[in-house]
Amino acid sequence: MDQLRLLFVDDEEELVSAVVERLELRGIDGVGATSGDEALHFLRESSFDVVVLDVKMPGIGGLEVLRTINRRHPEVKVILMTGHGSAKDNEIGRRLGAVAYLEKPVDLEDLLSTVDQALNPEGGGPDGR
Amino acid sequence: MTKSAQGSAEPRNLVRTADLPEPEMPGQQVSESAYRRLRHMVVLATATVSLLPLAITVVINYMQFHEALQAEAVDPMARLTLNTKRSLELFLSERRSALTFLVHDRPFAELCDRAALTRIISNLNRSLDVGAFVDLGVIDDDGAQLCYSGPYELEGRNYSDQDWFHEVARRGTYTSDVFLGFRNSPHIAIAIKHDRPDGGFYVLRATIDAEMLSEQILTAGLQPTDDVFLINREGILQSPSRHYGEILGQVPLPVPHYSPTVEVVELEDDRGRTIFMSSAHIHISPFILVQIKPAREAMGRWFSLRSELLAFLFVSAGLILAVILWGSGQLIRRMREADERRTALYHQVEYSNKLASIGRLAAGVAHEINNPLAIINEKAGLLLDLVTVGPETEHKLRLVTTVDSILRSVQRCKKVTHRLLGFARHMDVQNETIDLENLLREVLGFLEKEAEYRDLTVSFRVEDDLPTVVSDRGQLQQVFLNILNNAFAAVSEGGQIEIVLAREGVDNIAVTIADDGVGIPEAHLQQIFDPFFTTRPGAGTGLGLSITYGIVKKLGGTCRVESEVGRGTHFTIVLPISREG
Repeated sequence: MDQLRLLFVDDEEELVSAVVERLELRGIDGVGATSGDEALHFLRESSFDVVVLDVKMPGIGGLEVLRTINRRHPEVKVILMTGHGSAKDNEIGRRLGAVAYLEKPVDLEDLLSTVDQALNPEGGGPDGR
Repeated sequence: MTKSAQGSAEPRNLVRTADLPEPEMPGQQVSESAYRRLRHMVVLATATVSLLPLAITVVINYMQFHEALQAEAVDPMARLTLNTKRSLELFLSERRSALTFLVHDRPFAELCDRAALTRIISNLNRSLDVGAFVDLGVIDDDGAQLCYSGPYELEGRNYSDQDWFHEVARRGTYTSDVFLGFRNSPHIAIAIKHDRPDGGFYVLRATIDAEMLSEQILTAGLQPTDDVFLINREGILQSPSRHYGEILGQVPLPVPHYSPTVEVVELEDDRGRTIFMSSAHIHISPFILVQIKPAREAMGRWFSLRSELLAFLFVSAGLILAVILWGSGQLIRRMREADERRTALYHQVEYSNKLASIGRLAAGVAHEINNPLAIINEKAGLLLDLVTVGPETEHKLRLVTTVDSILRSVQRCKKVTHRLLGFARHMDVQNETIDLENLLREVLGFLEKEAEYRDLTVSFRVEDDLPTVVSDRGQLQQVFLNILNNAFAAVSEGGQIEIVLAREGVDNIAVTIADDGVGIPEAHLQQIFDPFFTTRPGAGTGLGLSITYGIVKKLGGTCRVESEVGRGTHFTIVLPISREG
């Protein structure tokens, strides 16, 4: 299998840099973006297997980015992430085609297993709900 | 950054809320005296508008009846007086006419003949049917009786010093009061003056027995208590009276003023009786005819009618007052209940709003904490990664354990923030599928520290295969938090609280929260769901259980409570498995 390419989007730069570094330590090609605009820019420039998106961001919000990804890059799996577990956001995210919904702070191992399940759904086990 | 702007938004909102002017106090309790004042006003106003017309009607009726019945009593009396007056006047004028005829018809010489006078008397007495004169005399202008015919020895008497003689000399005719005179027997005198051709005059004088006069007074139709008599203008009785003295005695009644017609007045006599006095002045005489009728007799019908009228007034006024008092009591009671309900509702809304605000605040705080927490989490994770892959150093193990400790703390924080978020998240969500045990455990999470601190044991007993319920999560959280709070307050250190979840019937689940605390006295059990009822004044609003009760009812459930002082309390909330409507 090719190297996994993951785009991590969150407005907290400290968080993004730490996550990207930890992904790299695990041999994953992680790219960080600190805004919706930046994320969409990266998506246009190169291809990703998975995008991990913070719902609440200044400028273009996570759900908006999710809609754009659905339109332009339907093959990309999206995992949503939020600091406040609003049932409504979860519901909208699922309807928009997000494969999973995680509550902050996200444990990296949990994130990776969710990514794994998103990419190999036939692999069995719970679907990351 | 937007996040920090958001962070300051909440407190700013709170400040703004606190600066708002006081609302119109819909939640304020209306005082007892205000209700009393209101009731007094209602009673007064209603009584005035209902009793005043009644009183006016009764007064008008009273006056009209009084007038009508008085007329009914007085009119026959006045008629009788008038008839008697006429017959008396006829009697007197007949006799005067007879004398006038004599002085014109007979020459003076014949009148001075005693035998002729005697014959004239006997002829007159024969022609006037009710008897006529006792005697007849002729008196010259010096007052000397020239000739006399009658039963008394009066010939030669001189009347020149008597008032009546001067009166007749001046006016031509004269009718006297009743008097005793020389004969010492009550009589009246009628005198006629006649001028002689030589310039002198003489007087023809006749007397009539006073008894004859009394007989003229009509007594037909008189009741035994009635009286009719004659008086003169000085109030001296001119005929005997049944109740007011003998002839020539002073009558103990006021003398009526002159009036050409019959006058009827109501007055009180010397014995304190209220009487009607009808009176008439007898023409060409000094007499006044007086008829007396006691008011009690005359107005007998009036008195009974008056009693009936007054009884009617008092009975209807009493009834109206009773109805007003009862009605206003009901009205005020209803108003008060409505006020209490409104107040309770207001407090419930206020309570819910407060809870919602706290929830929103908690959610905001939790959210703000989650972001830095995520950074701490990742940085610590990175640190752990780097240490793990890095070369072995003497501090490696300590570093790993330290980072682990940081990560565990982050997990603990995460649990707290998630619980807060969970609580706030369900604030306004309605009708979802709820696992009651999970919900209760979630609520207990808030009380965990207190339980630990006070060494309380909270145990669960859940029936197998218990179905989930469809209900309002936030409202149920509020209900259970409230009851658990009460249970925690009731138990002492080391106390036990048991939560039992079981089916009740086919459609319901009963949640029983049992404590081994102080219990509730039986007298209070009836009231614990009432708004403002509290056993711990100052500690709460006394609204908790009433709000709980309201919520459970709204959710289609029921509440019941069993308690024994010293043994503990069982609160049971029965909830329908699926909510209808």
